[in-house]
Amino acid sequence: MADALPVAALLLTAFMATAVVLTRDPARQAIVLSAYGLALAVLFVVLQAPDVAMSQTAIGTVVVPLVVMLAVHAIRRHHTREPDEGDER
Amino acid sequence: MSPRGRLIVGLFGATGLAVLFTLAALGLPGFGGTSHPYGQRTLPNAIARHTPNVVSSINFDQRAFDTLGEELILMASALAAVVILRTVRAEQEDAAGEHSYGRAQVYDALRLTGYLLLPVTLMTGVYIVAHGYLSPGGGFQGGVILGSAIHLIYLSGDYPALARIRPIPAFEAGEALAAGAFVVLALGFAGQVKAMNAVVGLEVGCAVVLALAKFFEQALLVRKQT
Repeated sequence: MADALPVAALLLTAFMATAVVLTRDPARQAIVLSAYGLALAVLFVVLQAPDVAMSQTAIGTVVVPLVVMLAVHAIRRHHTREPDEGDER
Repeated sequence: MSPRGRLIVGLFGATGLAVLFTLAALGLPGFGGTSHPYGQRTLPNAIARHTPNVVSSINFDQRAFDTLGEELILMASALAAVVILRTVRAEQEDAAGEHSYGRAQVYDALRLTGYLLLPVTLMTGVYIVAHGYLSPGGGFQGGVILGSAIHLIYLSGDYPALARIRPIPAFEAGEALAAGAFVVLALGFAGQVKAMNAVVGLEVGCAVVLALAKFFEQALLVRKQT
């Protein structure tokens, strides 16, 4: 019974990890990745590692998804601009 | 290599990993048991050196040399982001306010949330750095919070303001100074948990800001020269 909380946190993490893999659009994937990072942080708190949970929350739910979003945006911007180059400006 | 060859090599590696991982997992002590060999060695040392947060004691005192390597890895990755994502000859960089990125059309609720969260998040970051040796947290966690907190201004739709409050040269200098200070502390003045904690907070904060700044420039401002 005492193991119910860690098991629930592990199942939630596995569920979110599967959701990340099954999301195909990279921009949506970044958001799901952020939610997965939060689930992982919950798991770390349950396993009594608050220091790691803080790092995970800051890096996994904020910085990494933000970097992915910016990279996706940059790629789309460079791709859409190339065909009509020289038309504007 | 043919797809079939790749599959065979891949399966070989996967089988080996599965076998070794299963053997390693079977050899682990039971979940939540009473035997904690690492804890039994680190706890007395942390208490003897008056560092209530044992994790900080391990990071900045007992295993400070390992942390030195980690911090230099972080500095190397921030440096790599700055070098690789610089504006090259065939590209040009627009000014921050040239596009619609200044005062973008953002819902008032989102803007207000960003402005309200900014001071709270900054204060949380400072608290987590400053109390790292007492309570959960420390230079790394607090530094990441501080470094990412200022990007709430971008969430509020004001990229030019974000660009103004994080002048890149200042953060590059801060990053270099903090990394240098940490090397000196780790090699020459072992055991200074509070000082190392603060220096790591500065270093990590600067590294996060620098790396994100380069990604922001690439995503919003850099384009092929016309």
